[in-house]
Amino acid sequence: MPKLYEIVEKQDLVPGMALFHVYAPMAAKNMKPGQFIILRVNAKGERIPISISGWDSEKGTIRIIIMAAGRTSTEAVALKQGECFQDIVGPLGEQTHLEKVSGTAVVVGGGYGTGAVMPPARAMKAMGNRVVGIIGARSKDLVLLEAEMREVCDDVIVCTNDGSQGVEGFVTDGLKQLMEKEDVSWVLSVGPVPMMQAVANLTKPKEVKTYCSLNAIMVDGTGMCGACRVSVGGKTKFACFHGPDFDAHQVNFEELVQRQKMFLEQEKIAMEKLEEVK
Amino acid sequence: MAELTPKERMAIERHPMPEQRPEDRVKNFDEVPLGFADENAKREAARCLDCKTPQCVEGCPVRIDIPAFIKLIEKGDFDASAKKLRETNFLPAICGRVCPQDQQCELVCIIGKRGKPVAIGSLERFASDYERDNGLRKVPEVAASTGKKVAVVGSGPAGMTAAYEIRKRGHDVTVFEAFHRGGGVLVYGIPRFRLPLAVIDEDINFLEQMGVKFMYNTIVGKSMSLDDLMGPEWGFDSIFVGTGAGLPKMTGVPGENLNGVYSANEYLTRVYLMGANNFPDNVTPLYQGKKVGIIGAGNTAMDAARTAKRLGADVTVYYRRSEEEAPARTEELHHAKEEFITFKFLSNPTEFVGDDNFFIRQIKCDVMELGEADDSGRRRPQPTGESFVDDCDTAIMALGCDVNPIIPTSNPEIEVNKWGVVVANPETGATSKKGVFAGGDLITGGSTVIQAMGQAKVAAAALHEYVMSNGNAFGYWQD
Ligand SMILES: Cc1cc2nc3c(=O)[nH]c(=O)nc-3n(C[C@H](O)[C@H](O)[C@H](O)COP(=O)(O)OP(=O)(O)OC[C@H]3O[C@@H](n4cnc5c(N)ncnc54)[C@H](O)[C@@H]3O)c2cc1C
Ligand SMILES: Cc1cc2nc3c(=O)[nH]c(=O)nc-3n(C[C@H](O)[C@H](O)[C@H](O)COP(=O)(O)OP(=O)(O)OC[C@H]3O[C@@H](n4cnc5c(N)ncnc54)[C@H](O)[C@@H]3O)c2cc1C
Ligand code: SF4
Ligand code: SF4
Ligand code: FES
Repeated sequence: MPKLYEIVEKQDLVPGMALFHVYAPMAAKNMKPGQFIILRVNAKGERIPISISGWDSEKGTIRIIIMAAGRTSTEAVALKQGECFQDIVGPLGEQTHLEKVSGTAVVVGGGYGTGAVMPPARAMKAMGNRVVGIIGARSKDLVLLEAEMREVCDDVIVCTNDGSQGVEGFVTDGLKQLMEKEDVSWVLSVGPVPMMQAVANLTKPKEVKTYCSLNAIMVDGTGMCGACRVSVGGKTKFACFHGPDFDAHQVNFEELVQRQKMFLEQEKIAMEKLEEVK
Repeated sequence: MAELTPKERMAIERHPMPEQRPEDRVKNFDEVPLGFADENAKREAARCLDCKTPQCVEGCPVRIDIPAFIKLIEKGDFDASAKKLRETNFLPAICGRVCPQDQQCELVCIIGKRGKPVAIGSLERFASDYERDNGLRKVPEVAASTGKKVAVVGSGPAGMTAAYEIRKRGHDVTVFEAFHRGGGVLVYGIPRFRLPLAVIDEDINFLEQMGVKFMYNTIVGKSMSLDDLMGPEWGFDSIFVGTGAGLPKMTGVPGENLNGVYSANEYLTRVYLMGANNFPDNVTPLYQGKKVGIIGAGNTAMDAARTAKRLGADVTVYYRRSEEEAPARTEELHHAKEEFITFKFLSNPTEFVGDDNFFIRQIKCDVMELGEADDSGRRRPQPTGESFVDDCDTAIMALGCDVNPIIPTSNPEIEVNKWGVVVANPETGATSKKGVFAGGDLITGGSTVIQAMGQAKVAAAALHEYVMSNGNAFGYWQD
């Protein structure tokens, strides 16, 4: 049996991004699409929220994708198979709003979001929906998990900024083309805030039901601290607790972008310290 | 020494606890009160009249035999005094430090009618510290195994007390805790300069030595349900829930989502659970400007203010009522004032003003006056029409908490009142869900350590009766 929070398998995806299967039986047991966990890399570490891209409740493992963004995620990506995370707690948050819809259901994934949209995509398909996945990257070599997306979705549109594969441009360009061809009636986007905002702006005029997963800064992830405050429909919500998925047309993305910069100065110092330790 | 007469006893002045000097202590996180020397403890203990019907005991929510433990201190038998305390209170070193004594036992002490009451809390702390420092504490006895399994959810004072009381009776106990360490608010709320970690950890360590198991990083209601715990997989016969309050209230005033505006829970958790005061050695960051404004005047507000001061800020407390209504312990207000913290009473924040980078720069307040008494019996603050603006680059909101709804929403059978507070029978702690008992802030919406402990004790006794009757005790759970 693996140790608690042991990395039973690690796969390097693209530079700075890795996929882990981690033994975390308590989290794996009751996981639902769209939920997340919080982990610490070591005893002095920060708690960071990470989405779930899959789980195996029999084996007690969860599957996560981590992108090195700053100190903690960089340390996490450097962990090797057989090593352990310090803590993993979850599942956290509410599950994605899943339903049988009249038209096409679309999941849009950017960066780690490509993994995060897989469980909701699977669930939407299981409910009898036609599900199209849209994934984007700068160029062909950086496209993540395409084969797996093809397994989970009925169709996949790859978008590359340089046009080296699929649609040239951003995921929104792929979505725009799809909306011209098909009756899209449900969208979930997970990824960088500008991407989620662009998707929301595109679907709003057509009133397509659109959800996004808000990556606010978090501490406890249970509603205790209020660090993860976001404004949705003019009201303050706690992303960890009321979300992380919200109606994208109601979200104040400008505020979220600003709030993510709260610790910018400290993040630089923490990163420099990591370089020193290395 | 000849026995003192009551008159002689009453002539003794109350011994103030020696403390770190304000100018020193604002530079460290060490405990502020330093503890009594043996002789001073004995002298202070001599003030107690050993009343026939001691009022002080009535004032203590767990009914500690106060004169008995105090007289043992007077005799110099400090160890026996500590053992006496432990007969009724599993956490005396904690209560001696954080109980609002001035509103409980010391409020009603007879000596207090004419002069200053006996320093019951300080003596309680003294005896239990003596026991700990001299390695005299014994692992509590555990009754023969009953074969019953009990889950305790939450490891705050309610959960710790319940675990102790239930384990003592011979049941197998597992504590489930959401965080990576135990102690609840004692760890992530109450600062180290009031309650050192070693004190809490020792109590958890003793629970472990009694055979209590701890499962951290586990959120009941998310990781598993209460029904799962009582189902075939886990096989618990009963559950005690002590998950606390802990959903911070926000004011709704414009600008409260600006960067630099924290709930006190977030601010204190970053510092005391995650160690952000030792950033970047500990990786969790804390942003704090030079001028910190605290909103509210309860214990939490004082803790946030004094923490901000220790982290180098110029601190002002804003409170919409007057000093008299401030809910903090008297000692806390007093300590905060000594530590060069500014108080602006009758000041109600109406807006936080930010800069182009979305960081708070100013706080706007209405000047208030007190009008008629409201439902709570306190005079209601109302605007005078005057207002002022202060520079402020960090604001910490300490306005209390609502009950965290994870347990109630994931278990709709558990009845809550209109404020979301879990309803529990005051005599048994029984909730509306069969086999589930509750205590602490979860059933009060926010109270004190000792209240949480008292409720946990009551619930543990009822829970024991329930499991020993194989689930037949308490008729109202029969279907
Ligand atoms: C619900 C949710 C799901 C997420 N899922 C994933 C995932 O599956 N994979 C993944 O790689 N990342 C995910 N993230 C983002 C991830 O938590 C942050 O990248 C990480 O916390 C950054 O920490 P750091 O120390 O490495 O970087 P830092 O140097 O701290 O920060 C880099 C940037 O990341 C953001 N950030 C900082 N701290 C946090 C925090 N505690 N929470 C969120 N964002 C923060 C800020 O914008 C910051 O500027 C998710 C975030 C949320 C809220
Ligand atoms: C800053 C501050 C200062 C205070 N000062 C004083 C003081 O001086 N004197 C005093 O008497 N009182 C004080 N109080 C109040 C006192 O701390 C509380 O009344 C007391 O801690 C309540 O105990 P509890 O066990 O009910 O809850 P808590 O201490 O809140 O513990 C609840 C525990 O349950 C865990 N939990 C929550 N949900 C779940 C879940 N779903 N599954 C598993 N675990 C879960 C939490 O992580 C936590 O560890 C203060 C409170 C604060 C916030
Ligand atoms: S537990 Fe608290 S209320 Fe009771 S005697 Fe001790 S200090 Fe007083
Ligand atoms: S009321 Fe005061 S004097 Fe009387 S027993 Fe209690 S502590 Fe002693
Ligand atoms: S992270 Fe603390 S309330 Fe959401």
